Amino acid sequence: MILFYLVSLLTITFSLLVIFTKNPIYSVLYLIATFFTFTIHYVLLNAQFLAVVNFIVYMGAIMVLFLFVLMLMNLNKETEPMKSNLIKIIAVIAGGSLLVTLVGSFKQLSTLGISTVDKPEIGLVENLGKVLFSDFLLPFEVSSILLLSAMVGAVLLAKKDKSENG
Amino acid sequence: MEIAFLIEKVAIVVILFVVTLTIAAYSTLAERKVAAFLQDRVGPDRAGPFGVFQPLADGGKMFFKEETTPNGANKWLFIAGPSLALLTSFLGSAVIPWGQSINFFGRIVPLQVTDINVGILYIFGVVSLGVYGIMIGGWASNNKYSLMGAIRGASQNISYEIAMGLSIIALLLCTNSLSFKVIAEQQHGINWNFWYQPLGFLIFLVCAFAETNRVPFDLPECETELIGGYNTEYSGFKMGAYMFAEYINMFVSSAVMATLYFGGYNYPGMDFVNLHLGPTWGPLVGVAVLLGKILAFIFFFMWVRWTVPRFRYDQLMNLGWKILIPLAIANIVVTACVITFFDKF
Repeated sequence: MILFYLVSLLTITFSLLVIFTKNPIYSVLYLIATFFTFTIHYVLLNAQFLAVVNFIVYMGAIMVLFLFVLMLMNLNKETEPMKSNLIKIIAVIAGGSLLVTLVGSFKQLSTLGISTVDKPEIGLVENLGKVLFSDFLLPFEVSSILLLSAMVGAVLLAKKDKSENG
Repeated sequence: MEIAFLIEKVAIVVILFVVTLTIAAYSTLAERKVAAFLQDRVGPDRAGPFGVFQPLADGGKMFFKEETTPNGANKWLFIAGPSLALLTSFLGSAVIPWGQSINFFGRIVPLQVTDINVGILYIFGVVSLGVYGIMIGGWASNNKYSLMGAIRGASQNISYEIAMGLSIIALLLCTNSLSFKVIAEQQHGINWNFWYQPLGFLIFLVCAFAETNRVPFDLPECETELIGGYNTEYSGFKMGAYMFAEYINMFVSSAVMATLYFGGYNYPGMDFVNLHLGPTWGPLVGVAVLLGKILAFIFFFMWVRWTVPRFRYDQLMNLGWKILIPLAIANIVVTACVITFFDKF
C-alpha cells in the first residue's frame, strides 16, 4: 500500500510537471515518466500484459513519435504563438467546468466500490487471451478492423499523388 | 523475502554486470582484431601480448580526454542522452536464463535474474526504449548532423521493431510461452527453435542488426554523410558511453538470439554430461556453451560489418517495410496453418 501511494505521488508530480514546464521537449520527457509510473501501477495490479504493452506502445512507440515531431519544430520563443487574455479566460472557465463535471462523476463512482481482486490472475497473458478470444470476440475483432482501416487511411494519405509529379 | 534469496540475486546481478562489461570491453578489441584479420593486417598489438590490454588503454584514454559541451547545447539532456543509452542497454540481460538451475552447496539456484512470464515482451520494451538515448543526445547537441542522426535512428528503430515483433509471433506459435525460461527448457538437446523457424530467425537477425545500429544499418551515425551522426558533438567518456552501449546491445541481442533460436544453454549430449559432472558442474558447461554461442554471434556481427557495405536510406526503408514485414506475416500464416494441420491429425 505504501508503494501504491509512493507511485501515485510520482504519477501526479510528473503529470503536473508535464503541464508546468516551459520547454515542450521536457513536457514530453515528463509524460514518458508518467507513463512509466502507469506501468508500475499495472504491475502492482498484477496486470503484467497491460503493463508491458503500455511500456512498449506508449513509452516505446508513441512518445518516440511525439519527440520526433517536436525535435523537427522550431522551438524558439519568438515563434511561439501568444494567446490573447480573452482566450486564456475562456480556457480557464472551460477547464474549470470540465473539472467540476469530472469531480461530480467520480463522486458517483466511489459508492460503487472497487472489485478488482476477485480474479487476481485475470491480467496474465494466458487468461487475458482466452477471455479476449471467447467472451469478447466481437468487440476485439471490431476494434482490430477499426485499427486496420485507420492504418490503410494513413498509408493512403502518405502516398504521393502520382499525377502531380508527372 | 529471505536473506539467502537476496544474496543469491545480488550475486547473479553483480556477476552478470561484470561479465557484460568485460565482454563489451573485449568486443572493442575483438572488433579491431577481426577487422585486421579480414583486411590482412595485424591489428592492435602494442598494449600487452597480442594487445590484450588495449581495452584498458582505450578506457583510460576515454577518461583523460577533455569533455566538451557545445555552445547552445541543452546541458542536462546532453548528459542524459549517453546515460540513458548505457542504462537501457544493460536492462535486457535480466530475463535471459544463463543456464539450468545449479546446485550450489546444497541450494538450488536458478541462473536467471528474474523469470517474468512476459519476458519476450519485456525485451521488446527495453529495445524500444533504447532509441531515447540516441534521440535525446542527438537533439541536445544542437547540431544539424546530430539531429539528422537522431531522427534516422528513431525512424529506423520503429520500422524494424514491427518486423521483429512479427517474426517473434511466429516463434510464439511454436513455443506457446512468453517466458524465456520455458522457451529455453523446451529446446532440450538439439531440439532448437531454429529448425522450426529458419525464416523467422533470418528476419529477427536482420532486425537485430538494425536495432543495434550496426553496419549495414548504421545510418544514424554513418560518418561519410553525417560525420558521426548523433554522437558528433560528444567527446571523452560520454562518447565512450555511446560506443559501449552499442557493444552491450550487441551482446544482449546475441544472447536473445542464442536463447530464442539456438537453444540457449542446451547442447546435444547434455544429459550425458550432466550425469557425469553432477548438478554443480553440469549446468556450468551449459553456461559456457551459451557464452560460446553468444561469442559466435558477436563474431558474426563483426564479420558482416567488414563485408557488407552500408545501405542507402530508401533501401533501408524498402527492406524493412516492403520485404521484411510481408515476409514475417507470411511466416506467421504458414506457421499457424502447419500447427493447426498437425494438431488436427
